[in-house]
Amino acid sequence: MRVFGLNRRIIRVLLGSQYAHMLEYRAEIALWALSGVLPFIMLSVWSGSDARSGLGLDGSALDRYFLSAFLVRQFSVVWVVYAFEEDALLGRLSPYLLQPLHPLWRYVAAHLGEQLTRLPFAALIAAVFFAVQPQAFWVPSLGGFLLAWLATWMAFAIAFLFQSLIAALCFWSEKASALERLQFIPFLFLSGLLAPLTAFPPAVRAVAQWTPFPYLIDFPARVLAGQPVDLLAGFGAQLAWIVLLLPLVLLLWRAGVRRYSAMGA
Amino acid sequence: MGRYWRTLRRFWGTAVAVQLEYQANVLIELLAVAMSLSGSLFLLSLFYGPDQTLGGWSWAQALMVQGLYTVFDGMATTWLRPNLGAIVTHVREGTLDFVLLKPIDSQFWLSLRTLSPAGLPEIGLGLGLLAWGSHQAGVVLTLSSLLTVLVMLLAGGLILYSLWFLIAATSIWFVKTWNATEVLRALLASGRYPLNAYPPALRLLFTLVLPVAFLTTVPAQVLLGEAAAPMLLAGLGLAVLFFAAARAFWLFALRFYTSASS
Repeated sequence: MRVFGLNRRIIRVLLGSQYAHMLEYRAEIALWALSGVLPFIMLSVWSGSDARSGLGLDGSALDRYFLSAFLVRQFSVVWVVYAFEEDALLGRLSPYLLQPLHPLWRYVAAHLGEQLTRLPFAALIAAVFFAVQPQAFWVPSLGGFLLAWLATWMAFAIAFLFQSLIAALCFWSEKASALERLQFIPFLFLSGLLAPLTAFPPAVRAVAQWTPFPYLIDFPARVLAGQPVDLLAGFGAQLAWIVLLLPLVLLLWRAGVRRYSAMGA
Repeated sequence: MGRYWRTLRRFWGTAVAVQLEYQANVLIELLAVAMSLSGSLFLLSLFYGPDQTLGGWSWAQALMVQGLYTVFDGMATTWLRPNLGAIVTHVREGTLDFVLLKPIDSQFWLSLRTLSPAGLPEIGLGLGLLAWGSHQAGVVLTLSSLLTVLVMLLAGGLILYSLWFLIAATSIWFVKTWNATEVLRALLASGRYPLNAYPPALRLLFTLVLPVAFLTTVPAQVLLGEAAAPMLLAGLGLAVLFFAAARAFWLFALRFYTSASS
């Protein structure tokens, strides 16, 4: 039986082949993992600053927040628009479209394979962090860890759908990846990667709550760091964004494929 | 020398002509720079409340550092990324052969072949922010401080170029690690804030190992009249050292270059 074009065998083959593919690029992925050190730089600035007391994250809580932000970011990085653009330009998309499987599933599998390849490197960076900051070490409770995992995957799903929406615009415009660059800027500043949302002035925070960005880093990171959060509101907002984006992506994708006329045609 | 100068003019003339074909990109770039700068200023403002400082630096002084960072970021977009980012493609596709065969120094060709005007607005905005911050911080500009700051900016540019080139040159061995410069870029982001905002161990790292301090903090200190002579000398020394290392490393790396198909 196939659900959304998938059955157990297809999932196994897709994930297995993409994981093997990504393992070939482990050096590159290790460097990508390392290039995510920005939260640690920001942590070192925040922890010595006068403004720290306004964050509501005392003692080790700040260390834990930024480490969690780093980890959440590691496992919710999305690059589907770039992969899609390349596939469309090189004409690889055409055979994918002929297969009885939505091409987006292939990208989902590629991302999951990449996350699995990234896991040891991210764990190594976290281990180095604890070696430098032993007092920040903590083990989340099993329940907390599972909730954080779920929140991170929901964050990944939102980011993936959001970028797929931009990728689908590639069917119409060659400038679609520029749009991705533009949306990355508010993501960077509003997601909580550089500053916890509690640092924002109330007005900015109120606006940010209505964008998807805080649910991509700040919310999952707080769950992972064991901060008191409104789980219901957080997961509710994540779910709402997924429910909003999913049909949009599917509709836009279907309209785009109808327009698509392969390279060289 | 005259030949190199003529070649350089020809290189950049064609590069700009190519870029002018894509005018929509300029608008996108402008928008991106404006958003990014407002984001950075917003982030910086979070560190400042009533009578709060960041590592002893006032808001206006921190703006100077932020402005200098923007200038260097624009420089990377204009000059370093388009040129040094192409080295790995040359290695992978074997087109480095053609570069090496040209009767001109290969490092010169690889480092200055093209220019992307997209980063120029960022440099302009950075300079504007620097001027505004200096004005707010009550900087009195003298001829000697202006000359010193220019020299320190050149030294900072040389350090940044040499670091970037050193990493890009390793692609002769490790083609797969083309994104190594991304790690450098991430670490360079530390130059957004004054050196004193970091804990002592990191200050040492950002002064000697990855001399970000000489890109932004030291030139700002020169303008503020706070720079110490040993720090300036260290900056110049490091610039020469890093450039010599980049040059030597490139000549060394070329001995191991075996073209793409072999």
